[in-house]
Amino acid sequence: MEHLGETNLVREMAVGKREGFNSREHLRNAQLQAEARGYEDVLIVDVDAHHYENQYFGEIFKYIEDPVLRHLALQREGNPANILFTAPNNQFNAGRLLRYGGIPHEAAEGKEHPETTRSRRQREAIGINYQVVFPTPMLALGMHPDPQIETALAWAYTRWWTEEVLPQDNSVKSMVYLPFFDVDASIRMVETFGEMPGVIGFMVTSTRYAAVHDNKYMRLYAMLEERGMPLGFHAAFNQQERLFEGMNRFISVHSLGFVLNTLIHATNMIINGIPERFPNLKLLFIESGLAWIPFLMQRLDNEYLMRSNEAPLLKKLPSQYLAENFYYSSQPLESGNMEALELTMKMINAKSQLLYSSDYPHWDFDLPSVIWDLPFLDNQSKRNILGLNSLEVFPKLKAEVLGKMKNG
Amino acid sequence: MADTFIAKAEALETGQRFLASISGTEVVVFGHKGRVFAYENRCLHQGGPVGEGMILGRVVAVLDAEKRLLREEFSETEDQLICPWHGWAYSLETGDCAGLRGARLRKFEVVTEKGDVYVRTRD
Ligand code: FES
Repeated sequence: MEHLGETNLVREMAVGKREGFNSREHLRNAQLQAEARGYEDVLIVDVDAHHYENQYFGEIFKYIEDPVLRHLALQREGNPANILFTAPNNQFNAGRLLRYGGIPHEAAEGKEHPETTRSRRQREAIGINYQVVFPTPMLALGMHPDPQIETALAWAYTRWWTEEVLPQDNSVKSMVYLPFFDVDASIRMVETFGEMPGVIGFMVTSTRYAAVHDNKYMRLYAMLEERGMPLGFHAAFNQQERLFEGMNRFISVHSLGFVLNTLIHATNMIINGIPERFPNLKLLFIESGLAWIPFLMQRLDNEYLMRSNEAPLLKKLPSQYLAENFYYSSQPLESGNMEALELTMKMINAKSQLLYSSDYPHWDFDLPSVIWDLPFLDNQSKRNILGLNSLEVFPKLKAEVLGKMKNG
Repeated sequence: MADTFIAKAEALETGQRFLASISGTEVVVFGHKGRVFAYENRCLHQGGPVGEGMILGRVVAVLDAEKRLLREEFSETEDQLICPWHGWAYSLETGDCAGLRGARLRKFEVVTEKGDVYVRTRD
């Protein structure tokens, strides 16, 4: 990592118009933070970062198996069709967030894939050792009116990612996208990609109307439990959700949208006793922040005591499942009220259940300092959240890290 | 009192921005509409390079007499410096954070002498 010293520099800055956007430069202040806090001896695992896979649809669509759909997707050479089902979006905050204009133009170093260059630059600047990277527009696929497209794209994207990009950088990891609509296709994904280097878990996009306790999913859960590989539910928002029809602003839909489906899936998981049926299945809720958890704990406990016969598989309070059987990624950490955050972390057993995530380069990303600087956490808790808890959730990663330590 | 030379005034007039490290603090200096501003280049949110951000008028809501929303427009009198990492917005004039009362960017005094721009610091 290049050292940024304390020289008495006076330098020119070309604001937002840097010749060739460079993620390392954009994150220069993050690198200064990492140096000031001395992250060199802290293992930092980021369990949720992203790329914009739509930049590479030309590379991805060639792996679509169905010839008719592949033809549709690649019909215009050099200009792949948009086969996603997307709504207007304002992630870029009306142009105020300058990296959104720059990232698509960031040049690769040498012969490596542009994603490899970008990923390494931002990881090194932030101080991250390992990073799980997810797609972005594909997170909306759970709401696609043609579910075959989710199945086809999950396959094509994962082939591209695991064959063309992931092998270039050992620090990048994947939780493979499962086309949850089609359980047989999901099982095929687990069987095909589960052993591949860099694959450390599986992911379902939360924005969908699926009932996660449906009997058809039991085979899938059993398979993941047996393999010891976690299943993450990655939140997103759906501007076309009927409940949001009256919501005119991105802030409104995003604030509620990123927890709505998470609340539903977590409730269904608990009330239907999935943690009792699969006690060793590791379930991780990604990108919903933390504030929803104490809310759900209080709501479910209150009603459960009056209606325990509606949840006959439970052996403890719903809040205890939330605090003991689920893992959570940290971003976006709601830190406006420190007292509330401290209590939340206590309620969810953050010391063992919380995993740092950056969500970089998305608009509301978090640096490791959001955890490192918390005044109420002890040093061990900080280290657990920033990296050590991830080793418990991802056994393949743990084996790799321990192997590396053994070999010096 | 110490003055740190930043640049020629005409360089600032072209829209160039400059970073200076003054006693370990990174200060961004730039001109806008004929005036020169200097702020610590560290956002109050997560420490982002606020000085690299866009300058844009504050968005104001225009209501009619019955308090119905007519439209939104950019203020012509109040510009904001917007952090490029997540969008925290600060008054260009004062450094006050738009969303969090009482939070303010650290502002530095700027002096121009014989066409040279300096940041002035006092012990
Ligand atoms: S660091 Fe400036 S807006 Fe977040």
